[in-house]
Amino acid sequence: MNRPRFRWHIVVFLAPAVLVYTAVMIFPLFNTLRLALYTEIDQSRVFVGLQNFQTLFFDPIWSEQFWNALGNNFWFFLIHMLVQNPIGIALAALLSHPRLRFAALYRSAIFIPTILSFVIVGFAWKLILSPIWGIAPSMLDAIGLKSLFAPWLGKEEYALTTLALISVWQFVGIPMMLIYAALLTIPEEILEAGEIDGITGASAFWKIKLPLILPSIGIISILTFVGNFNAFDLIYAAQGALAGPDFSTDILGTFMYRTFFGFQLQLGDPHMGSAIAGAMFAIILVGVCIYLFGIQTRMRRYQL
Amino acid sequence: MKRNSLKLALLGTTLMASTAYAEDVTLVIESWRNDDLTLWQEQIIPAFEAKHPGIKLQFTPSAPAEYNAVLNSKLDAGSAGDLITCRPFDASLALYEAGHLTDLSSVDAMSNFSDVAKSAWQTDDGSASFCVPMASVIHGFIYNKDAFAELGIEVPTTEDEFFAALDKIKEDGTYIPMAMGTNDQWEAATMGYNNIGPNYWKGEEGRQALIAGEQKLTDEPWTAPYATLARWGQYLGDGYEAQTYPDSQNIFTLGRAAIYPAGSWEIAGFNTQADFEMGAFKPPVKNAGDTCYISDHTDIGIGMNAASEHPEAAKTFLTWVASPEFAEIFGNAVPGFFPLSKTPVELQDPLAKEFVGWRDECESTIRSTYQILSRGTPNLENETWGASVAAIKGASTPEELGADLQKGLSSWYAPHQ
Repeated sequence: MNRPRFRWHIVVFLAPAVLVYTAVMIFPLFNTLRLALYTEIDQSRVFVGLQNFQTLFFDPIWSEQFWNALGNNFWFFLIHMLVQNPIGIALAALLSHPRLRFAALYRSAIFIPTILSFVIVGFAWKLILSPIWGIAPSMLDAIGLKSLFAPWLGKEEYALTTLALISVWQFVGIPMMLIYAALLTIPEEILEAGEIDGITGASAFWKIKLPLILPSIGIISILTFVGNFNAFDLIYAAQGALAGPDFSTDILGTFMYRTFFGFQLQLGDPHMGSAIAGAMFAIILVGVCIYLFGIQTRMRRYQL
Repeated sequence: MKRNSLKLALLGTTLMASTAYAEDVTLVIESWRNDDLTLWQEQIIPAFEAKHPGIKLQFTPSAPAEYNAVLNSKLDAGSAGDLITCRPFDASLALYEAGHLTDLSSVDAMSNFSDVAKSAWQTDDGSASFCVPMASVIHGFIYNKDAFAELGIEVPTTEDEFFAALDKIKEDGTYIPMAMGTNDQWEAATMGYNNIGPNYWKGEEGRQALIAGEQKLTDEPWTAPYATLARWGQYLGDGYEAQTYPDSQNIFTLGRAAIYPAGSWEIAGFNTQADFEMGAFKPPVKNAGDTCYISDHTDIGIGMNAASEHPEAAKTFLTWVASPEFAEIFGNAVPGFFPLSKTPVELQDPLAKEFVGWRDECESTIRSTYQILSRGTPNLENETWGASVAAIKGASTPEELGADLQKGLSSWYAPHQ
């Protein structure tokens, strides 16, 4: 009759991580969600339930900005999905080619922008694309395509796409590295077996490698989704809190920042700001859930 | 016996020392002007302390972008300094309403300032003033004198002359007619709309009428400046849509542009950067001989922490800040930030002198969106930035812009509903 002893050491070992994570992540998250249910009237905090969310979604002044930011966010995400990830996969496929020379050099060169600060990337690209001092207009001029140049960051119709592509330039190294790692784990024997059956070259990639790296592509997609819907830094560094021109680059992150902390004469409103943060959290949560339950569970995995 | 007297003597000196210490009041000044640190330490503080023995000053600035947040938390914690440098309008009004700033209406020296000067630090009804106005910035245009001489252009005074001058510069092609971009948005509103606007809405008259709800943003005086801004677009440099504020400053100081729509705060920087002679002209009027109006925008004030332990000493200092002596030191040390007191100050810097001289010829007003009107959502100031950019780019007509702004203002501001 000796009951198993309660294993205290598990609690002791878990405690530091649980405490730190609770203090810096879980508590602030729930406190922000709680803050969204209040408003300030005459210098005192009043509980108003879901009224802030009602304002955010149905008051035309707020909802117009919110839907604009959300739409921009989707476009930002779409460009990453359509440009960054395919390029990342293609680069990884090229890099994993056994006869490629200087593979290590290319790998580092493509990965380096990822470790740069957003401020540096934003500033450097602003200078490159500057119509006054930038090298982009003179480079285009040198090949006779000056007419193609436009002050991209200053035009409503191009600014967001330009910024998304800058972000792609910065982060293309991440999908490349993850896919590269996944490609390296594919055993030679499988590829050789394919060769015997007559599957070589490009069709080996499409028929053998791609199905095997699909789980990695899924992970990359969800990382891109979370990263893009939390994005803020690059837009803020390049275009400022008003996300100009005319809010064409405004995404949820900059909208939240402007509302929460205020801007110029606009005083900060932590309660509406928290409501926007809450909406961002919900959107990301829904996106991640769709992926986890809708896609990941149905994905076929192969035992290697 | 001998030892006792020594003890007594020692005790005596410590007592004296401590009484002397008690008389020496130290006032701590909170500010965001860390650029002015040496000015305070080398000129303002010695000048004040020489006149007022027993009061010591300590200037403790924080970074401009953090100032409001740092100050608020210090005030709430009770650790803020005795004297508080005041941002104009709502930021300081909120401090006063929260009981952090003292009402200074009873201080005699406040009569040294005009009502416009005081308006930035008053309750809406004007019954209480809580900061002593320190400095304002004036809008106008700075031009490259060499370029004007080279092209034989006279300094424009009317709008027609202004655009004729721009046409001439553009035709010649050596210089970019006007250095301004729309990337950062605020220049279009601050150096564009609020620079030329007062001539259309007749300064204070129009601004007060707008606040009172007697005029609307759809009225002609408020949309006409957008129509004028729409004509600016063709004179700005190539790719002005992506040109930032520092770009514009550099283009002008490098001598590549002829005219720079300016605020007087540029003077100090331009003096060190530009190696050509500069002049300034005020916003052109519609017809020769019209009354001119300038944006003489109140920017810095100083008030007293209601929780200060030395209210008398703090009031002595504020009275001195309101005096012509302070105005002269401050106005000359930071050219482009003009003292607001009624007694005129003799400035040394020629460019600053030109700017401040307009006060005698023109009526002063402040930026139209700053008082009361930017309190709600949507924020009228931010909306004006976007509208001014849209006007310059020709993306919307002045009437559409006026209607949009009016719709936003009416949505929360009672006198317009």
